[in-house]
Amino acid sequence: MLRSKWSKVVVWLACLAPALWFTYGAFTNNLGPNPIEAITRGTGDWTLRLLLASLAITPARRLLGVPDLIRFRRMLGLWAFAYAFLHLMTWVWLDKFFDPAEMWADVVKRKFVTAGMAGFLCLLPLAITSTTGWIRRLGKNWQRLHRLAYVAAAAGVVHYWWLVKSDIRLPAMYGLILAALLALRAFKPRAAPSPR
Amino acid sequence: MLIRQAPEYRWSQITPREVYGNRRRFLAAATGGLLIGATDARAQKLEGVTKGFVTQGEKVNPKEDVTTYNNFYEYGTGKGDPVRNAGKLKTRPWVVSVEGHCAKPRKFDIDSLMKLAPLEERIYRMRCVEAWSVVVPWIGYSLSHLLKSVEPTAKAKYVAFETLYDSSMLRPEMAGIEFPYREGLRMDEALHPLTLLTFGMYGEALPKQNGAPVRMVIPWKYGFKGIKSIVKVRLVETEPACSWKIINGREYGFYSNVNPEVDHPRWSQASERRLGEFFKRKTLMFNGYGDQVASLYAGMDLKKYY
Repeated sequence: MLRSKWSKVVVWLACLAPALWFTYGAFTNNLGPNPIEAITRGTGDWTLRLLLASLAITPARRLLGVPDLIRFRRMLGLWAFAYAFLHLMTWVWLDKFFDPAEMWADVVKRKFVTAGMAGFLCLLPLAITSTTGWIRRLGKNWQRLHRLAYVAAAAGVVHYWWLVKSDIRLPAMYGLILAALLALRAFKPRAAPSPR
Repeated sequence: MLIRQAPEYRWSQITPREVYGNRRRFLAAATGGLLIGATDARAQKLEGVTKGFVTQGEKVNPKEDVTTYNNFYEYGTGKGDPVRNAGKLKTRPWVVSVEGHCAKPRKFDIDSLMKLAPLEERIYRMRCVEAWSVVVPWIGYSLSHLLKSVEPTAKAKYVAFETLYDSSMLRPEMAGIEFPYREGLRMDEALHPLTLLTFGMYGEALPKQNGAPVRMVIPWKYGFKGIKSIVKVRLVETEPACSWKIINGREYGFYSNVNPEVDHPRWSQASERRLGEFFKRKTLMFNGYGDQVASLYAGMDLKKYY
């Protein structure tokens, strides 16, 4: 089932769904009294969720014995980037109105903006080098480069943590998931091949 | 696409969210003749309200903005949480105890407290420390009426307020603040005529998520100073502890006057998003009430006393 080309279509559509919901909600007044905040928060949330989902692929393949999951990793990562880009654009356009001086001032002065921007800048080369051509060209370095995804996710969690006023429960949950994914990576069983 | 237009209908034509959310119960009540639940949820109209202070040049926000987008951490930390959860708050019987350094301390039943002075409607801007704002027609009277009635003594230099803290609330300590929620004002701030002891809005009694049955509104300060669901008012000699200041004094000062020049350490306070507007607008010094209140802070360094 996971090998069917339709499975990719389904995952792709599932990743698109939140963006469709925000668009529909914006047109029909369904995002509450502060739709811009809802979109900013929503795109940020989905960036983190999809980024963590893409990082969960490798351990899930091993633990669940479903190697075919690899087919979705690039898609999830690219969708995470897409939501990060939308998230960034709400700030660039609606908060700062494309004013480079104000944006720079924010990036330097506000820790949570610095962290968010750092996360986005980590994702950018990953999105660019996600094509098959770049994977071939970079060879072993491709994997090294793409470990930046963990840095990006960590930056995202810190960005969220530094933003909240007092209720750290949600960023803490994302942080725990990321820590668990990192731990699974660290304690990889050595050479024991899992029976399939 | 996101710009919403001013509604052409009147407030009286809109089904209140609480009633709408309870439509099954409302239907059950209407058919079964058991109207208690439904009337409970329906907002009580306030009678004999006169027109008071109007902030010029502002359009009042739709009621739904003010009743569905709230910070009331006792009922959840999401903006949409209080409207869902605050229904458990029991607002009758309700007693407000006024005590401390005064000649005539007294416990007021909420219904008699509402009759202590004539109710006025006042249209104020409200600016949240999170950089969004609304314009609300509040109903209440100047807090000074209440304070004068208990005859503060010379030792009463500050006023401390406390919110109810009971089992209807959702383990709010998980959200990181200490409860009961506490706030305070300097005596001259508390006696200022703009400082409103508030019982209603939009012609009706306060909805629960907005701090029923009685709250403070101090229009030149950040919204969190406007403590909700008050049960205690104490006249004290020293600056009282305030909930947000306790957990993070660097970010939430005692004064917390709206000030575009003093940033929150983590975000700018120079501009704000008015609910219903697409782009941010500039934040005004003292939220635009400088003519009335700037003199209270003459000679004070507002960067130090933020």
